[in-house]
Formats: sequence, C-alpha cells, structure tokens
Amino acid sequence: MAETVEAKAPRRIQLPVLDSFLWLIRLAAIFAVVWGAYFSLSSGRLSGAQWKDLVIFGLSQGSVYALIALGYTMVYGVLRFINFAHGEVFMSGAMVAFFVARGLSRTAMWTDQVFLSLFLVMLASAATSTVIAVALERIAYRPLRGKPRLIPFITAIGASFFLQYAIAGLFGFGFKSFPQVPALSGSFFFAGFRVLKTQSVVIVAAVLMMIGLYLFVERTRTGKAMRAVAEDQEIARLMGINVDRTISIVFAVGGAMAGAAGFLYLLVFQQVFFLTGFIPGIKAFTAAVVGGIGNIPGAMIGGLLLGGIESIGPSLVLTGLGIPSAHQLKDVVAFLALVMILIFKPSGVLGERVAEDRA
Amino acid sequence: MHKAALRVESEQFGKAIKLDLSKGGLLMLYEKGKWMRLLAVLAVALMVLAACQRGTTPGGTGDEEEGEVITIADGEGIKIAVLQVISGDSASLGTDQVRAIEIAVDDRGGQLLNHPIELQVEDEGCTNAGGQAAVQKVLADPQFVGILGTSCSGAAVPASEAMSEAGLVMISGSNTSPFLTKIGGEAGTDYHEGYFRTAHNDEIQGTAAANFAFTELDKTKAATIHDGDPYTQGLAGVFDEAFKTAGGEITIATAVDKAQEDMRPVLTEIAASGAELIFFPIFQPAGDFIAKQAKEIPGLRDVVLMGADGLLSDTYVVIPETEGMYFSGPATPTGPEYEEFVAKYEAKFGEKPIQSFHAHAYDAANVLFDAIEEVAQEQDDGSLQISRNRLREALRATSDFDGLTGTLTCDEFGDCADAKIDVVQNTARQTTISEVRANVLFTFDPAT
Repeated sequence: MAETVEAKAPRRIQLPVLDSFLWLIRLAAIFAVVWGAYFSLSSGRLSGAQWKDLVIFGLSQGSVYALIALGYTMVYGVLRFINFAHGEVFMSGAMVAFFVARGLSRTAMWTDQVFLSLFLVMLASAATSTVIAVALERIAYRPLRGKPRLIPFITAIGASFFLQYAIAGLFGFGFKSFPQVPALSGSFFFAGFRVLKTQSVVIVAAVLMMIGLYLFVERTRTGKAMRAVAEDQEIARLMGINVDRTISIVFAVGGAMAGAAGFLYLLVFQQVFFLTGFIPGIKAFTAAVVGGIGNIPGAMIGGLLLGGIESIGPSLVLTGLGIPSAHQLKDVVAFLALVMILIFKPSGVLGERVAEDRA
Repeated sequence: MHKAALRVESEQFGKAIKLDLSKGGLLMLYEKGKWMRLLAVLAVALMVLAACQRGTTPGGTGDEEEGEVITIADGEGIKIAVLQVISGDSASLGTDQVRAIEIAVDDRGGQLLNHPIELQVEDEGCTNAGGQAAVQKVLADPQFVGILGTSCSGAAVPASEAMSEAGLVMISGSNTSPFLTKIGGEAGTDYHEGYFRTAHNDEIQGTAAANFAFTELDKTKAATIHDGDPYTQGLAGVFDEAFKTAGGEITIATAVDKAQEDMRPVLTEIAASGAELIFFPIFQPAGDFIAKQAKEIPGLRDVVLMGADGLLSDTYVVIPETEGMYFSGPATPTGPEYEEFVAKYEAKFGEKPIQSFHAHAYDAANVLFDAIEEVAQEQDDGSLQISRNRLREALRATSDFDGLTGTLTCDEFGDCADAKIDVVQNTARQTTISEVRANVLFTFDPAT
C-alpha cells in the first residue's frame, strides 16, 4: 500500500514538506546563534579585548587549517579524489621541523639569526612534506588512477596509517616539544588587536603563501596546465600537456603547503607526536568543504572561517545558551557550523569548482 | 501427516544420495576424506569430553552461601589475571604495577598453599573499550580466581561491572575515580560488588589539593578543567566541592577535549572569570598545551597552575612552562620495607620504580594472596577449593593489613587504602620526576 502511494505521489508534493523542514532548521539555527550571542555579549563576561583575542586565536589556528586545506582542495580539483593521507604529510613535515629546530636551538644561530634559522626549519619541513606527498602519489595513487574512486580512497586511508606508524617507529611514540623561540615570545598591538608574535608570523606567512599559490595557479604556464588537467585530462593530454607530471606538481605544491603548515603549527602549539596530523587533517578537509571543495580561495576562506568558529563559537553561542564546559564542545560547534553552511549553501561558501559541473 | 512428510523427506534425501553416488561425488569425498573424518570424530569427542569436565570441575559443591566454587587440581596453578595498561602513552603506569605484582609473587616463592601462582597479563589500553575487551578474555576462562587491576579508572568501569556479574573479585592498585567506589559515603555510580582498591579515592586527593590551594597558597578564586574521563571529572568535581567548603570560590568549572590543542579560548574564559589558580587534573598532551599557553593570556600571567598525579610524568615536568607548578599525588611510601622493595625492583628490572603506584599494586597482590590463603580449602587429593563468595567476604573483611603503603582496612565499598596525599612542586632545581616527587610541600592524611 505504502509503496504504491509513494510511487504515485509526484515529487512536487513531497518537496514543500522537505523545503519547509529545511527552512525550520535554518530559522532555528539563526535563532540559536542570535540568542546565544545576545546573552553572551550582554552578560559582559568577556571584555572587548578578550573577544578580540579570540578573533586572533581563531585566525592563527585558521591559517594552519587553510594551508592544509589547500592540499586537499587542489588534489580534489584535479583528480576528484580525497587524499586522506594529507594530514600525515603535514605531520611528517612538523616532525622533521622539530628535529631540525632542536639541532639549531643548540647553536648560537637560534638566537643570533632568528629569522634565517626559522626559515631553514620551514624549508626542511616543506621539503620533507613535498617529497612524501610526491612519493605517495607515485607509489600509492598513480597505479590506481582510472580505477573506481573508492579504490584510491581506501589506499589513502592505508597510506595514512602507514605514515603514522612509520613515524612512530622511527621517532618514537612520545610527544616532541619544539624549542622556545626567544625572539618570538611576547605580544604587540596592531590596530587595537593584541597579537602574539608567533601568531603574527603564522598569519603573515600563511597569507603570503596563499597569495603566492593563487598567482602560481592563475598566472604561470604550469598553473594553466593544472587548470587544464582539472578541466579534462584527456583533452589536456591531446593539447600536449604532460598529465602525470602536472599531477605530480599538484601533489608537490599541496605537500609544500602542508609542510609549511606543519612548521607554523609547531610555532603556535610547540608540540608534535605521531597522531598530530589526524585532527588537523580532518578539520582542514572540513575547511575545504566549507569553502567549496576544489576551489583554492574557498579553501583559504573555509580554513579561516573554521578556525574562527572554533575559537569564538563556544564562548559566543554555547555559553550564552547556558551550556556548561562549552569549550569541550568546540568540535561539535565546528561541525554543526559545517552542516549549517552546507544547508544554506550546499556547495560551500564559494561554490564547488568541479569541471563536470561547469561543462 | 507427519509420517508422510518424513517419508517424502527421506525419499528425497535418499534420492539425493543416490544422485551424488551416481556422480561419484559423495563416494569420492568419502574416500578422500577418510582421515579427515576420523580427525573430525576425534575432535568432536575431545570437545564433548572437555565440555563434561567443564561442567563438573567448577560446579562442585554449590550451596547458596558458597556460590560458585573453583576447584584447582593437584599440581595445577592458581590463575590470576593482571589487567594493566602495557602499551601506548600510559604504558609506564601499568608496567610499573605488573613488575610490583611479579615481585609480590616472588616473595611468596611463586606459590600459595603448594600451588604455583599463574599470572596472565592482559592489556587494558587505558580505555573503556580496552577494559571491556580484556575482561571478556578473562571471563572466558572459568578458572580465574581474581583480577589484579586495572591501571586506569576508565578501563575499570566496564571491567568492574563484567567481573562483578561473573562473581569474581578485582583489586586495583591505581584506580582513583570516586565513581568506582563511593562518593560522599554512598556507592558511586560505577561501584559493583567484588571491586576493591588499594589506591586512594580521589575524594581524598581532591580535598587535599583544595585544602592546599586555599590554606597554604591563600588562593580564594580557583578554576577547574577536566576532560570528561571519570578520573579527571571525579577529581575536578571533588576539588570544586572541597574548595567551596573551605570558603573559596570556584569561578569557572569547565572542560576540554582530550585531543584539543588550542587552549587559548578556554584560558581566555578562565582569565575573564578572575581565577587565581587553575586546577587541571588531566593527562598529556592536553595538559602540556594548557601549561604552555596559559602564560600567553593577559590576566593569567600570575596564575598558579596545579595538576594531579596524571601529569606527574617524566615527560611533563621537563617542559619549561611547568616550572613552578604544583601537583597532588599519592605520597611515596617510606620505611625499611619499602626500601627493601625498591632494592628488589632495581635488582630485577635494572631501574628504579617508574611510576607512583607500584607499592599500591604490591599491596593489592598481597591482600588478594592472603584472602586466597584464608578461604581456600585443601582437599585430601591435593586439590584446592575456593568459594568465590567467601573470597569476596574475606577481602571485604581485610583490616589492619600491614602493607608498604600503610595499614589497610577495606570498607563496604571496596576502598582499602591508607591514603596519604602529597602536594609537590616542580621548581628550577628539580630535573627528574623522582626529584619533583621528593619535593614535598604538604602532606594530607585524612586519618589525622
């Protein structure tokens, strides 16, 4: 009975129900956010300076997410494939950065030539991640190209575990503490915001790298080749583009960004261990989806947005709604925000950029 | 009807056999599988035999009072399960206790009542799921007399429930969560009959930490952070209550996630609440991030940081930002017996005890061994009979037991510890965990 009714029911009768249900969710979400924010702000629990602090914390965390997210989104844009081992590429870079920094911190260079030594550490981190990302593509993904999408996806999960436990086996299971950078301790004021020096380095470096990447993809011949391969691999091959090489470059650039993120992560959090890549990897993937997967500026905006929501959301919305221990729920807030954004804009903030859709 | 149906079936069956025979299928199988069939018959026979034995051995005399009785045949070992964490981040906590239990076995010459003690170590992984898996392995063998463990309160929650239902006893040397025994004189939510411990109840540790913060440090406004784990939540909760009772104010009682890295937002909330002291009885790595990020927050530059035994580890106290931090934890035992124990430990394992609960585990093993000796009944054929109910009663009746950690007396909820809590400080002069543990500023003894 039920089946026949359902079969006969035309689509347009069901849709308004679903639509109004979605609208109800949207309204409820907006109401909860406004209500929570109103009570938080009117209670005067946090001072204006403290709200500004939260914004800066969110920006620096978000910059790290954004840099990792770029790797996810570039690979997805070109291959329609989620490289789940990308978080581990990031962690490997951070791990090597730790060892280089520990070596350097015992020399006079660490205090005399702060920026040169930090640059060296970042270079080592980015180089490691680049090599690992390219090797991963060559060994684990290229032989499976053209196979059903699920197969490289499973391989990526396997590669992720392999990298985690290879690192644990090589360097041990313990937490590695990044040496303090004396020149970067303390804070300064910028446009009314109190900024920690480490955070300023992170935000500035991330923004510079993202601008550089954007110019690289939009303005250079290699960038053009990438866009062509993303559009249609077969046609790009016919046009004389070396598809394998271009895909390797995509992985290399994504890996370099993840490596740089690994270094910046160490500056902010000063600690790394073999599972460090997992949570930031998931968050960065979320950021890529929030921004619109396959879309480079989207990944940047998604990362910053997610960092901001995580930092401000619990204090602003949850505490205002009277929920205790709000910061334990910051992941809940972040992923709820993801769901909300996808309900409002199903293809992310800036829209998914996938060749099939545009064609 | 039935007969008719049967005939049809058997006819069909016969036909099927005939068909197979005609093809040579069944015949071939029979020829080839002759030995296999013989093996299969033997295996089934063995299984039936084993099942019969199982049915008779532990059953024995089963009246109401004695409950299930375990029979240990002449020459067979007394099986004791050791549930400890021996892998992962917290492995040192469990390894330390496994070693102490081995020393306790050695001290008895490896046997009780002329039966060898057989230890079986299972890893509980310091997680709820790990505790569940480990206890199921133990329950699969009905010959286990008791359990020594677990290391972590989180693993003890499922283990205690499952072993209690099966009638076993379990005695832990390092579970401290109040939920496992009693809170405010009443049974905790995770208390189950047959559970005992020689480690302190965190009601005592939380009170000690709160008293120290209020009276010794003169702080009147404190904040607490837990991470949702029964140990951390219990300890933070007790601190809140005790601090308020002492006359202080808890400005904010909050929580973080175990895998959280960015503590700055939650620390900003704490700064806004005006706390002078933060008590965060959590684990690494979350505890590392709190110590490292706290001093970056304006308003927390002079805040006093205080942790508990979960953070008293060699990798934590070397972090530069933990300098000046206070920690509460079980008092290190003193006296010639303890020194003798440490000497045995060093001789056997080549290093000094690596964690805080080895003496408690040693006492736990001895309390259990004494109880077994008390209730086991030697039979004429050299076998032992141990009543599970009597063993529970004997453990509950433990009183004035002279152990390394003091004089132990078990109460009705399984708390047996002679608990003394030390508050220690990590200053620039201490470089190793044992030095930090020796820098005692305050000792809390609820008995006095």
